[in-house]
Amino acid sequence: MKATSHSADGVEIIKLDGKITIGAGDQQLRDVISNAIAAGKMKLLLDMSGVTTIDSSGIGELVGSFTTVTNRGGKLKLLHLPAKLNELLHVTQLITVFEVYENEPEAIASF
Amino acid sequence: MERNVERIEITISSRFENIELVQVIAEHLCENAGVDEDGSHWIGMAVREAVANAIKHGNKLDVRKKVNAVFELTGHDLEITIQDEGDGFDPDKVSDPLNPQNLMKTSGRGIFYMKTFMDRIAWSFKPAGGTSLVMTKNLAKANGMASTNA
Repeated sequence: MKATSHSADGVEIIKLDGKITIGAGDQQLRDVISNAIAAGKMKLLLDMSGVTTIDSSGIGELVGSFTTVTNRGGKLKLLHLPAKLNELLHVTQLITVFEVYENEPEAIASF
Repeated sequence: MERNVERIEITISSRFENIELVQVIAEHLCENAGVDEDGSHWIGMAVREAVANAIKHGNKLDVRKKVNAVFELTGHDLEITIQDEGDGFDPDKVSDPLNPQNLMKTSGRGIFYMKTFMDRIAWSFKPAGGTSLVMTKNLAKANGMASTNA
């Protein structure tokens, strides 16, 4: 998994590309979120458009990231969910947990 | 009347990077049988979760231990058997990830996804050790998105 980020209006937009699967991306996602928090970034928008594969471990890391950021008083939201990731969040009812956006300016304005 | 049977078997060592090998076999087998891209993906994902569990929870990441996968396609009926060398577990003690108390847990969704994407899953445990998971799917009804089965 590769992560690249940029800031806009105090929101850190982190674009994730590749796999978020067991042993290949799940730990990296945890590190990306930890590093952002350590740098004082508490408004995180994860652009998921480049995520090619995600499994239950990757979903678990998303949940863990959400909890970590929320417990620190921050916010974590999702942008551009691929259809299959959207489906995985729906069947596990996690779609009710995450705020999901399809439009980046709208997502940034929501923080 | 004799039915055409396709059988594929692969044995891997317990490394996460081998999971995709087994997943790809599942997806190609389904696509060759006429299942669309979405349907093949969800079956492949069930296999991915099963193999990941076998490596992590069954064989506990011991690379000397093997995971064996057998795919048998008889007509439209696909049977997938994933076998590890672990100590087994109690399926009744697996928590429901849809329970509000479990919604924010970071683990425990793998078996739920398998049940969602496949028609039937069942485990058997050998007294000497080793868990065998059998998952079945009627490929004539496998096209489309996952939530039709949820």
